[in-house]
This record gives sequence, C-alpha cells and structure tokens, in this order.
Amino acid sequence: MPLWQKNDKKMNFKKIEEKLFKVLMYLSTIIIAIALLSIIFSILIKGIPSLSWEMISQTPKGGFYFGKEGGILNAIIGSLYLAASSTILAVIIGLPVALYMNIHLSKHKKIVNTIRFFLDLLWGVPSIVYGAFGFSLMIYFGMRTSLLAGIITVTLFIIPIIVRAIDEVLKTVPNGLLEASLSLGATKSETAYKVFLKQCFPGVITAVLLSFGRAIGDAASVLFTTGFTDSIPTSLNQQAATLPLAIFFQLSSPVAEVKNRAYASAVVLTVIILIISVISRLLVRKYQKNKIKF
Amino acid sequence: MDNKSTIQVKNLNLYIDKQQILKDINILIPANKITVILGPSGCGKTTLLKSFNRLTDLNDSVKIDGEVIINNENIFTSKTDVSLIRKNMGFLSQRPYPLPMSIYDNIAYGLRISGRRKKKYLDKRVEHYLRQASIWDEVKDRLKDPASCLSIGQQQRLCLARGLAVDPDFILADEPTSALDPISSQAIEEKFVQLKQHYTIVLVTHILRQARRIADYVVFMYMGEVIEHGEAHEFFENPKMEKTKAYLKGFYN
Repeated sequence: MPLWQKNDKKMNFKKIEEKLFKVLMYLSTIIIAIALLSIIFSILIKGIPSLSWEMISQTPKGGFYFGKEGGILNAIIGSLYLAASSTILAVIIGLPVALYMNIHLSKHKKIVNTIRFFLDLLWGVPSIVYGAFGFSLMIYFGMRTSLLAGIITVTLFIIPIIVRAIDEVLKTVPNGLLEASLSLGATKSETAYKVFLKQCFPGVITAVLLSFGRAIGDAASVLFTTGFTDSIPTSLNQQAATLPLAIFFQLSSPVAEVKNRAYASAVVLTVIILIISVISRLLVRKYQKNKIKF
Repeated sequence: MDNKSTIQVKNLNLYIDKQQILKDINILIPANKITVILGPSGCGKTTLLKSFNRLTDLNDSVKIDGEVIINNENIFTSKTDVSLIRKNMGFLSQRPYPLPMSIYDNIAYGLRISGRRKKKYLDKRVEHYLRQASIWDEVKDRLKDPASCLSIGQQQRLCLARGLAVDPDFILADEPTSALDPISSQAIEEKFVQLKQHYTIVLVTHILRQARRIADYVVFMYMGEVIEHGEAHEFFENPKMEKTKAYLKGFYN
C-alpha cells in the first residue's frame, strides 16, 4: 500500500473531528462578535439622534430630567475627575506592590501566591460591596458624600485589578534579566524601576487602561459615595455627578426624550473609553521597541 | 601572590531543599587565567559559578556553608555588600539577556548606577567597552537603537561589554556560547583569550573541545564534587582520576 495515500476510514474521522471543532470555534467567535456589535449599534442608533453639542457642553438646567434643555457636562467632568484621580492613585499604590511581589519577594513563592490569591478574591468582590465599605468608611470619618469619598472608594476597588494585571505581565520577565541587572551592581529596586518596568511598559499601560475603564464605568461603587449633582464640582468636598449614574437616572425616567438621552450619554462614555484606548495603544507602540523578546 | 583577583573556595557545601548540590568544594581559581569548570549537565557547575557572585541568594531554598574568599574576604557574611561583589564580576549567562533599552544605555546602565552621569565621560566609556568586546564597528551608527534588534551573537558581545563597563576584576561565564552560532562562539572565545591578561576568567562549559582550546586551568566536577583540578596541560595529558579519564574519553556525555 502506498505510504502517502489517504486511508479513508481513519482520515474521515480525523477530518470530521477537525471540521467540527473549526465550526464550533467559528460559531462562538461569531456569537461574541454579534453580541458586542449589537450592543454598540443599539447604543449608537438610539443615542446619536439625541446627541447634540448642547448635550456635552452644558450642565443640566431646571427640568432637564423632564425633557427640558441642558446637558450632561457635569457627569462627563465628574467621571473624568473621578476615574483619572483614582487611576493615578491606584497606579502610585499598585505599581510598587506588583514590582515588590515579583522582584523582592521573587524567592518567596508561597507568600507571593498567597497575596495573589487574596488580590484575586478582591478583584471578584462586586463593586457595590466596595461602595458599602466606602460608605461605612465615610461615616466613620464623618465625611459627606463627595468627590473625595468616591475617589477613595474607586481607588480601593481598582487597586486589586491594577496590581494583578501588572503582576501578570511582570511574571513573564525571565529570571536571567534580574540576574543580569543584579550582576551589574544594581539593587533590586533599581532593577525594578529601570529594567522590569521598561520591559513591561506596554503591559503596564494596558493594565492602567483596564483599571481606568472599570473606574469610569462603575455605578455601584459611586452611588453612595460620590452622590449626584447638577453642577460641576469645584472642590474635592463637593458631590459629583458620574456618567453611569447619569445614564441610570435618565433611563429610569418615564419621558421618552430623556430615555433617549441616556443612550446619548452611553455614547459619550463609550467614546471617552475609545479615546483613552487609542492613546494608550499609541503609547504602547512607542515603547514596544525596547522590549526584549525571549 | 596577588589575592585581589583569585577566588579561593574553602569547604563549600550547598544544599537546595536538603538535596546537596555542592559537596565540600576546595579550589583556588588563579588570577589572570582562564579557568574552565568542566563537567556533565547537572553536576553543579553553574551553581558553583553563581555562588561566586552570590546569585545563589535569589533562590530561597538554597543553604550554604563554607567560604568563598575574594580579596582576603569571605563573601558569605551578613556584612558583605552584595552589589559590590557582583559589580566586581562581569557575568555572562547561557543566553544573552540585554536590558530593554538602547545599545548605548545597556553599557551606560552600570556606569549610571555607580553614579557616573556626565555625558562626555559616558560617551567615551561606552565606545571603549564596545570596542573591547569587538562590537563597536557593527553598532557605532545605531547606538540609539534598542538592543533587541541585535542578533543573538551580537547581544552576547553587548552583554560582555556591559559587564566590562562596571570595571570588574573577574568575568564569570556560564556556557556563554551555547546559544550562539560557531562564528559568534569563536569571537567570544578569542575575546576571552585577549581579555585574560586583565581579568580572571571563570568559564563554565560542557564542551570539551572548547575547554581544550582556551583553558589554562581546569576544574572537573561530577555529581556535585570536584573530582580533579589542575593546569590545563596536565589535566588533559595526564589525568589522574578514573572519572576524569572516562569523561575525557566521552563516557559521561
């Protein structure tokens, strides 16, 4: 029997198996794509007609929630303040933690894995729990609902995300790079900030983006802590509006016009996240070139 | 004898999780020569080499007793400044690990860490060390390019230059040619022969021919023990131990 000719029985089974899995993979990819696209389309279709310059350039005037004029500038500014400050805070706190876990604690595998376990637990805790925790903190310290309280709560909420996301990137750095840097007389901290951070910079940017997205998109953690107001906050002690809550309040209105504005607000939120993504992609591309491939 | 550039190992035992990796090592690595640590895979060569600049510290389960004496000082004391020890030893690993920065910054990294920041000084030093590792002509027009764009052979020479730039007395090399093509390997070997008048070189290898080509002094290890050590000529022509003879005939490969 010729060696390279098809043995029909065997081949058929293998072929069918291969085809079946291919079809399954195609199907699941298509289902996910359709789900995502339909979300985006429904937001766009319902939102764009209500989207206007007034919408994003003005604060709500009296009767805004009954269909009168005004916009959601208060929520846009509030969300940006909130998300940007808490992301910055979370990076300042979280980045050293991730570096410490991977460089200074690198030989204590057990400790590091325990930390990872608890961070994963914290990542999984629903944001309303963070909201409740933030609220009880506020009461303990005698604070009122304010931008500051929101920033603290959201920072707590995204720290586990940012630490674990950066940690996952740092894990991929080979031990040899640590040895190489130490052999040149560098300390572990110098190695952390000058070598590991550079090697992982694209991944760190992605982690920051992920946290920013969570911070700007979360409604539950800011519900009790940041409050809601029609004016733009001018200090940390004032209440602030946020986009997710603005969407929620508008969507729960019985007036059709206001309901449509909720979708327009969703478009604004999506576009903000899109802009941040594009900026971080550009940053990643710029710093990718230094990365050593192993 | 000039103790500054010798490594004296006294009764060194090393355990990883109760398993003994190095057994009672006693050797003196001579100054300004190429000492080759030879032996089959897994015999503890690399561990011995890494104990010379205390890279063994990075593994928590390692327990060490005994002494490694450099410049009349045991380096395994709590008072030892590990960074100073490591800076005194250029280290080349099995495959090159260039730092994720430009070619220039790779060399300047060690200098900057020791507080040298003047641009003129750095420029001069970077050129000097790149020339010493014979890679200057290949990279002089693209010093600002990332080191990741170099070939593996070039990267290993860059790592050599980087190691030399912190002005060590020793060069520790852990099978530095195992990831390289024959021509790059030869370049590294030739470099070592040139460099030995200024540095004490310790080379770990399992390539017998490489050892024959460049060794001045040979330490033969097997299963965590030093079986035989001595002048290269003597070692290869008149091996004394049975295990050495067997290894030289190729039995343990």
